[in-house]
Amino acid sequence: MATAIKMPALSPTMEEGTLAKWLVKEGDSVSPGDILAEIETDKATMEFECIDEGTVGAITVPEGTENVKVGTVIAVLDGDASDVAGEAAEPEVKDVPGEGKDVGREADTDGAQPPETKPAKKERANDPEIAEGTSMTSVTVREALRDAMAEEMRADERVFVMGEEVAEYQGAYKVTQGLLDEFGPKRVIDTPITEYGFAGIGTGAAMGGLRPIVEFMTFNFAMQAIDHIINSAAKTNYMSGGQMRCPVVFRGPNGAASRVGAQHSQNYGPWYASVPGLVVIAPYDSRDAKGLLKAAIRSPDPVVFLENELMYGKSFDVPEVDDWVLPIGKARIVREGSDVTIVSYSIGVGFALEAAEKLAGEGIDAEVIDLRTLRPLDADTVLESLKKTNRLVVAEEGYPMCSIASEISAICMEQGFDYLDAPVLRVSDEDVPLPYAANLEKLALIDADRIVKAAKKVCYKD
Amino acid sequence: MAADSVTPPTDDPDFKLRSLQEAYDKAGAYKATDEELMALYEQMLLIRRFEEKAGQMYGLGLIGGFCHLYIGQEAVAVGLQSALAEGKDSVITGYRDHGHMLAYGIDPKVIMAELTGRQAGISKGKGGSMHMFSTEHAFYGGHGIVGAQVPLGAGLAFAHKYREDGGVCLAYFGDGAANQGQVYETFNMASLWQLPIIFVIENNQYAMGTSTARSSAETEFHRRGTAFRIPGMDVDGMDVLAVRGAIEIALDHVRGGGGPVLMELSTYRYRGHSMSDPAKYRTREEVQEMREKRDPIEAAKAELLKRGVDEEKLKELEKTIRSQVNEAADFAESSPEPEPSELYTDVLVENY
Ligand SMILES: Cc1ncc(C[n+]2csc(CCOP(=O)(O)OP(=O)(O)O)c2C)c(N)n1
Ligand SMILES: [Mg+2]
Repeated sequence: MATAIKMPALSPTMEEGTLAKWLVKEGDSVSPGDILAEIETDKATMEFECIDEGTVGAITVPEGTENVKVGTVIAVLDGDASDVAGEAAEPEVKDVPGEGKDVGREADTDGAQPPETKPAKKERANDPEIAEGTSMTSVTVREALRDAMAEEMRADERVFVMGEEVAEYQGAYKVTQGLLDEFGPKRVIDTPITEYGFAGIGTGAAMGGLRPIVEFMTFNFAMQAIDHIINSAAKTNYMSGGQMRCPVVFRGPNGAASRVGAQHSQNYGPWYASVPGLVVIAPYDSRDAKGLLKAAIRSPDPVVFLENELMYGKSFDVPEVDDWVLPIGKARIVREGSDVTIVSYSIGVGFALEAAEKLAGEGIDAEVIDLRTLRPLDADTVLESLKKTNRLVVAEEGYPMCSIASEISAICMEQGFDYLDAPVLRVSDEDVPLPYAANLEKLALIDADRIVKAAKKVCYKD
Repeated sequence: MAADSVTPPTDDPDFKLRSLQEAYDKAGAYKATDEELMALYEQMLLIRRFEEKAGQMYGLGLIGGFCHLYIGQEAVAVGLQSALAEGKDSVITGYRDHGHMLAYGIDPKVIMAELTGRQAGISKGKGGSMHMFSTEHAFYGGHGIVGAQVPLGAGLAFAHKYREDGGVCLAYFGDGAANQGQVYETFNMASLWQLPIIFVIENNQYAMGTSTARSSAETEFHRRGTAFRIPGMDVDGMDVLAVRGAIEIALDHVRGGGGPVLMELSTYRYRGHSMSDPAKYRTREEVQEMREKRDPIEAAKAELLKRGVDEEKLKELEKTIRSQVNEAADFAESSPEPEPSELYTDVLVENY
């Protein structure tokens, strides 16, 4: 039976090449491993080996021919050219500018598109019902986080905490207060100032079956370690076809603190939220901090858990129940309203609530949504609210460009266009590194007044 | 850099990782004239009084954020930088940087005004305590990320060598920073390429609340260049003339094309790591002992008096410095905050 020998692709990017030289002639018998020809591309010259047994029946492309497309029949084994006529090079897929009619992210079935087999969107559970009469305790966000870790450490031997100053110093921001006393130095571990190294060790320990909580003194310093968070932790499950899990929690304060300048004041929410393979959580108050940190520690996936230093000392009610765990990936409506939706997360939620109060005084009834989880993002809750209010503002303590606010705007555009009565507005920090001077810092950061202004604007009441 | 311009680390099995230490042990402390010693004393005293004032101003809310004081470590920056060719040699350090600025004779007013976040500050109020720079003095900051200044310093040294300007870079970092991985990547390249750099570990015994023994497998930091064939020097950082004596030897070595040197300066910080510090990781007695027995300023003063310098003259100096510092504080408090428009300047150089 005749076999077509086709112009090979000798590198992933090769599209065509020169058939520099034939090392066999018609009538030669060949076996696997024999060099048939030399092929040149703009990058290299390579030898082309035979993989079949047989006799060279015909050479259809003479040596010296340039620009031979990958896939072109160049010779025939055990037959002649007529035997393989019609086995032409595969058609090239051409992208004709201006002819596309992609709308949003809808698949165009003609071109190469990801298959329609994305896992069905799971209906995410709501927060657990708090039974009538459950008493509430007011705890700081700091204590809520500590309690979450302590409870999970009591429940699961595999959970341990590591980071700079987490043990003897009781945490640079006192989040791990008391943990060393209760769990001892085997499970509450002071590291040297070596973020890249200990993030890698934490990630490896997770691969090895433990449940590490890696504390970064602040997320600014996690930039030293971001390679392990992204390249090691986020991708392993996928690259191993689901064999190798990496249940690690990276946690610590994120975002601007107070007067600590440009290198210590950044919100990494959008950075991590852009990476598939990570779960990213950024709670606002104590109940969510506790419930979501417990969920994060139990999660089989790598979680980046973004706290906020300015919130650590604030107190909020937490229900006194045995095991307060909240669903990852579910936003929370923290204030109901009908005129405009304000979407925010982390410290921004406080400003959004403050803005809603001010707006109420001016007759505008704002709904405030706390995203809580940034990845996966709860688009449904946002869109449901948009259907009701038809106006939306995103408030984010962070840079404006490529932000969570940008993402929410895109979602509203793609999936909520028909519900919008005004463009979505983003209220973010100014687009500058954070300055130290008190007056400039104040000018650079978001506040309630800026949110009020944007909300009035989308309500056409400015 | 062309491969042939690289002098590889010597193959000599007798490579003397200790050669500089031996030379230093032999030469001993710097033989300062009375005037020289007086100048060193003055600089240390200025740093001490300046930092004390900064601490007070922090307490009054005039300075915000992180503020790391240099009190106790004065002899290090003063002893080392007094030997440099200002403007030709370069200096880079971390966030504990006020002393290094003052040791270069930079006007205390613009440093204090940076601490209060005013337009007249050396970074226009936009950097604050941790981020001060003076390119005029080849002082390259003022870096907040622990360890990051070490490769940056090697980059400055690379530029000295590339431009053949004869300069040497002095890159300071802490005992805590000495554990960062990028430090060792830098050691390797600096030695491989024989860069003109002096790595200075200011070993003040603690990184925040962590003592060196709790963070470091090798606490003799001057040995940490051995694997990279970088000679080390172990120096008493509480004695300004010892520091000066050591840097002279290191500078000779580097200027002579001998490649990098690693100096460990044992010193001590009297105050907390930053302004908020629980201070539970060491005893009050330990701090007191250092202050009483090892203080670099008291020691220099005693030496001056021993040499017969008039006590009145020292009192006069103390007064002058106090008023200089008070003046800086008044200036920093009364000078205006940056213009709001400064918020948007200096993000990029070019307007695109
Ligand atoms: C990469 C990084 N991790 C953590 C921190 C927080 N931090 C600031 S200073 C410091 C201690 C550094 O100690 P050391 O290097 O000994 O210098 P010292 O403060 O004693 O001068 C830490 C952990 C940081 N700024 N950067
Ligand atoms: Mg130190």
